[in-house]
Amino acid sequence: MPEENGDGKKTGVLEKAKDSAAALRETLEEKAKQQVAELKEPEKTQLYRSIFRVKHDDEPRNRALSVLSNVFFHLHPAKVNRDATKYNFTWGMGGITFYLFIVLTFTGVLLMFYYHPTKIQAFRDILYLENDVPFGKLLRNMHRWAAHLMIIAVWLHMFRVFMTGSYKRPREFNWCVGVLLMVLTMLLSFTGYLLPDDQLGFWAVTVGTNMARATPLLGNEGPFGAQMGMTPYNDVRFALLGGSIVDANALLRAYIWHCIAIPLIVAIFLGIHFWRVRKDGGISGPAPVMLESEIKEERSPRPVILRPSGMG
Amino acid sequence: MPFDFRQIWEIASAPDNVPIVALLFLAPFYMWYALRQAVANDKLIAILESDAQAAKTKYRKTQEWDPKWEKEVHTWPYLMRMEFLVAILVTVLLMAWSLTLNAPLEEPANPNVTMNPAKAPWYFLGLQEMLVYFDPWIAGVVMPTLIIVGLMVIPYIDANPLGNGYYTYKQRKFSIWTFLVGFIGLWVLMIVIGTFIRGPGWMWFWPGQTWDAERVDYAVNRNLDQVVGIDGSWLAPIFHTSRDQSAIWARALFGIFPLVLFFIVAALLVHWLCMRTEFSKKIYKRMSLLQLVTMYTFLIFMVSLPIKILLRLVFTIKYIWVTPWFSI
Repeated sequence: MPEENGDGKKTGVLEKAKDSAAALRETLEEKAKQQVAELKEPEKTQLYRSIFRVKHDDEPRNRALSVLSNVFFHLHPAKVNRDATKYNFTWGMGGITFYLFIVLTFTGVLLMFYYHPTKIQAFRDILYLENDVPFGKLLRNMHRWAAHLMIIAVWLHMFRVFMTGSYKRPREFNWCVGVLLMVLTMLLSFTGYLLPDDQLGFWAVTVGTNMARATPLLGNEGPFGAQMGMTPYNDVRFALLGGSIVDANALLRAYIWHCIAIPLIVAIFLGIHFWRVRKDGGISGPAPVMLESEIKEERSPRPVILRPSGMG
Repeated sequence: MPFDFRQIWEIASAPDNVPIVALLFLAPFYMWYALRQAVANDKLIAILESDAQAAKTKYRKTQEWDPKWEKEVHTWPYLMRMEFLVAILVTVLLMAWSLTLNAPLEEPANPNVTMNPAKAPWYFLGLQEMLVYFDPWIAGVVMPTLIIVGLMVIPYIDANPLGNGYYTYKQRKFSIWTFLVGFIGLWVLMIVIGTFIRGPGWMWFWPGQTWDAERVDYAVNRNLDQVVGIDGSWLAPIFHTSRDQSAIWARALFGIFPLVLFFIVAALLVHWLCMRTEFSKKIYKRMSLLQLVTMYTFLIFMVSLPIKILLRLVFTIKYIWVTPWFSI
C-alpha cells in the first residue's frame, strides 16, 4: 500500500535505515574488535563462568575454591598435611587402585561394544578383537593387565594401611569397607576370567566353582549337604553357574556380574570408602609419633563385656 | 637330572604369571620401604623416650621440618600434581606392558579336554594350594570366610593404641609379625608355590625340574588314626554293630582327641606369643574378654594352616579326624 504513505514518509524510513546502517558501519568494527578482545580472556565469558564458578588466579583463596567447587576434586580437602603430600607415606596405592578402576571401566565399556556373552559368539568376538578391530588387541591387553595390576595395588594398599596402623580408631569401619572392596576386586577379576570362553577361563572357573560344591549345608558334596537335600541341580554352585556345568548360562551370569552387578556394588562401596576417609579426619598421617608413657586409660569402662584384668 | 632353565622360563614368562613375578619384586620392595621408615621412627621414639625435655619440644616426625613452614599446604597443586603425575606414569606403564605382552588366549573352551595343570587365576592359587591340605569345604569356603572376617576384625581386636598413623616396628611387634606371616608367609608364599612349584596333576616340582605330565606320585598319604593304628572292630560285639561300622565310629571318636589337643596347644602357643614382652602384657590387660577370644580363635585357625602343611608335606598325613560326614 505505498499510495497511502506520503513520499516524505517513505524517504524518512529509507533515510533512517541508511543512517543507522552508516552508524553501524562506524561502530561495528570497534564492537567486533572489543568482543574479539574479550574472547581472548575466556574466563570472563558467561559460558566459562557458568561452568567454572570461581577464578583460577594464583592466590590462596582461589586455590582452595578450585578444589572445593569441583565435584571431582572436592573428594579432597582444600588443604592437606604438608608431609602427606610426599610419596613415601601412602605409596599412592589407593589412588592407583582407583585410577585403574577408571581405566578398567573405560576399556571395559569399549570391549562391551564388541562382545556377545553367548557360547557361539564369545570366543569369535575375542578373535575379532585381536585381529580385526582397530586397537582391539591393545584394548584387551590393557583391560587384562590393568585388572592384574589393580589386584596388586589393592594388596599393597592394604599392606600400607596395616603398616601405618591406619585401621586404628577412628578408622576401623573404613578398614572393613576396604576389605570388602578388596574381595570385590578379586571377584571382578575372577568373573572376567571366564568371558573369553577359552580353555584358560573355562578350567579356572571350573576349578573355582567346584569348591562351591563343597559348601557346608549348601553344596551337594559339602558336609551335611546331602542331609539338607542338596543335589548338583539345586545347590549353591548351581545358583552361581545357572546350571550344573560351566556353560552358556554361566557365561551370561559371569558377564552380568562382571559388567553390571559387581561394578555397581563397587561404586557404592567406593563412595562410602572415600566419604569415610574424609569423615574420619583425612588420611591418618604421617602423624607425630606417640610414646608408650602417653597411653591413656580407656575413657569409659567397656560395657557388657568382662575384662580379663578384672577377673584376677 | 639337569637343571631345566627352559621350564622356569616357561612358567615365569607365561603372560598371566607376569603379575606374580612382579609381586615377587614389589612385595619385598615395599616391605623394605615400610620397615625402613619404621626403623627411622623407632630411632626417633627411642630419643624421645630417653629425653623428657626433647619429648616436649622436638618435632615428632622424621620428615623435614621448619617452624616457619605452614603445617598444611594447598591440595591444589601440591597433592593433586602428584596424583596426576602418578596417573600418567601408571598409564605409560600400562601402555608399555600392553604393547609388549599379549593377554593369553587358549583354545576355545572344551569340557572334554582337561587342562593339566588346571589352575585358578593367580590371586586364587593360595586357595587352590590349600586344597592339598584341607578338604574343599574348608579350603574353598571356610578358610576364605575366615580370612575375610579375620581381616575385618583386626581393628576391633588390636587394643594397642600406639602406631596410629606412622610406621613403627617396636611399638607394634606382635601385630606386624602376625600380618607379615599371614600376608607374605602364607598368602603370597602359597601363591608362589601354586604358580612355580605345582605342575601337572598338582604335583610338587622343584624349580628346575621338568613338568612331566606322565609322572606318577606314589605318595602314601595316611590318616592319623591309621598311623596310630586305631582299629575299633573289637568294639563290634559290645555295640552290636558290624565290624566296619564300629571301626568308623572308633575312628571318628579318636579324631576328636588330636583336634582338641591341637586347639589347646595352639591356644597356649598364641598366648605365649601374646605375653612375650612387658608391653604385650600391658596391651593384653587392656583387652576385653570378647576381644581376646576373637583374637585367639582367629590366630588358632591361622596356625592350623602351617601345621596342616607340615603334617601333609613332611609326615604325609592326610586327615587327623575322619567322620562319616566330613574329614579334617
